[in-house]
Amino acid sequence: MAYDWQPLILTLKLATVTTAILFLIAVPLAYWLAFGRFRLKAAVEALVAMPLVLPPSVLGFYLLLAFSPKNAFGRFLDETFGLRLVFSFEGLVVASVVFSLPFMVHPVQSGFQNLPRSLTEAAYTLGLSRWKTLTRILLPNIKPSLLAGAVISFAHTIGEFGVVLMIGGSIPGVTRVASIAIYDEVESLNYDAANFYAFVLFALSFSILLAVFFINKRALGPH
Amino acid sequence: MLELSLRKNLHTAEGNVTLDIELEAETGQFLTLFGRSGVGKTTCLRCIAGLTEPDHGRIAVGGEIWFDRTKGIDIPPQKRRVGFVFQDYALFPNLSVRENLRIALGDPKDERYLDELLELMDIRELERRLPTTLSGGQQQRVALARALARRPRLLLLDEPLSALDGETRQRLQNEILRIQRHFRMTTLMVSHDLGEVYRLSDRVIVIEGGRTVARGRPAEVFGNRRISGKFRFTGEVLAIEPNDVVFTLSILIGNRVVQVIATAQEMRDIQVGDAVMLVSKAFNPLVMKVDRNPGRLSPSRS
Repeated sequence: MAYDWQPLILTLKLATVTTAILFLIAVPLAYWLAFGRFRLKAAVEALVAMPLVLPPSVLGFYLLLAFSPKNAFGRFLDETFGLRLVFSFEGLVVASVVFSLPFMVHPVQSGFQNLPRSLTEAAYTLGLSRWKTLTRILLPNIKPSLLAGAVISFAHTIGEFGVVLMIGGSIPGVTRVASIAIYDEVESLNYDAANFYAFVLFALSFSILLAVFFINKRALGPH
Repeated sequence: MLELSLRKNLHTAEGNVTLDIELEAETGQFLTLFGRSGVGKTTCLRCIAGLTEPDHGRIAVGGEIWFDRTKGIDIPPQKRRVGFVFQDYALFPNLSVRENLRIALGDPKDERYLDELLELMDIRELERRLPTTLSGGQQQRVALARALARRPRLLLLDEPLSALDGETRQRLQNEILRIQRHFRMTTLMVSHDLGEVYRLSDRVIVIEGGRTVARGRPAEVFGNRRISGKFRFTGEVLAIEPNDVVFTLSILIGNRVVQVIATAQEMRDIQVGDAVMLVSKAFNPLVMKVDRNPGRLSPSRS
């Protein structure tokens, strides 16, 4: 029997787009949390870490309420941008970004914090602007953290289930990612198809995590 | 050239200390801030560089005001044109030696000056290496060269040699002196090494508990100004052995131990661990105690 690859491709697409967007959001956020001094910093940090402890269904439920065209925010998105985030791929991306935020922010933030303060100060006394200090000095020196954050966010997005189910449902080709497909196939007693998706996800996740540990070992090894 | 007066409250391990310093330096002068660690010497350098903000005061360099609390002026570090050599060197690990210097050049990149610096500091053959592959002494040279690549108006050295072994230290002291003379660079160094202060500085400012307690030429501040010895070394007494009517002293000078004879009269207030000055005058060595804390005594100095 020929397997339907679509859910797997959708999963990879979702993970790639999510990771790319996360990267752009998390680097400035991590920089702000690592070096900024402001009130309510603890609150922001707690908020970023929330997806680590919340059941995905809680997050999914509130996102569903927020994105629903029946509510102010959802209506605003719909009327202003023509964007319907409920039961759509775009909605999945937004939910995944929120859900995987700590997995990207935490490694990058601790990467920034572990750099000696004198590197930034040396850059400033040598006349480098903040932007140049960030792009030429700080980011190149936390490459292992950036890579770890990106890879783990990618892997984490692949493993999502609850949030996706809440906000995306199971529309083939739109929101039916591999993890949802497994659930559906098992429900209709198609163990063979479920096994196919499950095995691919298993192998994929294992290789990604293996790569992370390999990278970390090299980064921590002797120079 | 440099005029500075600043006040800042510091929270140190020994409680709150108020740093209160005034100093001036002329172009080309080598000035040292001397004192035990944790009394605000480094903070003073950081204030000049713009890395730390003083509570009160004014900092002016070459007629340009960098900081003035009453006028609300606080120029960012990027615009202050200082060459700051950090205690841990702070070389950029992702950049080669040459790139470390190059990034400090500003625009347009003056590659000829860069080559000149590499030659001058004798690090030409290291230019492609990454900082982590260099020895401590080599990193120090690169850090100094990078500070100069900025074409600073003022060189700030924060205990630049404290992490190095004795021999490397002495070689680099000569190097620093040579470079400083070559560029006639106004230099402010922080140190708690007496020998270093003696060898390098034109003037020394002794800081204790956040305040200036003595200032002047090193020989004036630490030694007895009446003596104009032909040879003069400072060292630390390691051992005292009575020997009939005289004493044999073992003294550590730099990284060498020297033995000298002293009379009972000279020995009156000298103990093991004291810093002493050895002066050879008309082939008749004299030994006398050096005051490590010049602020505490000496009515002869004002």
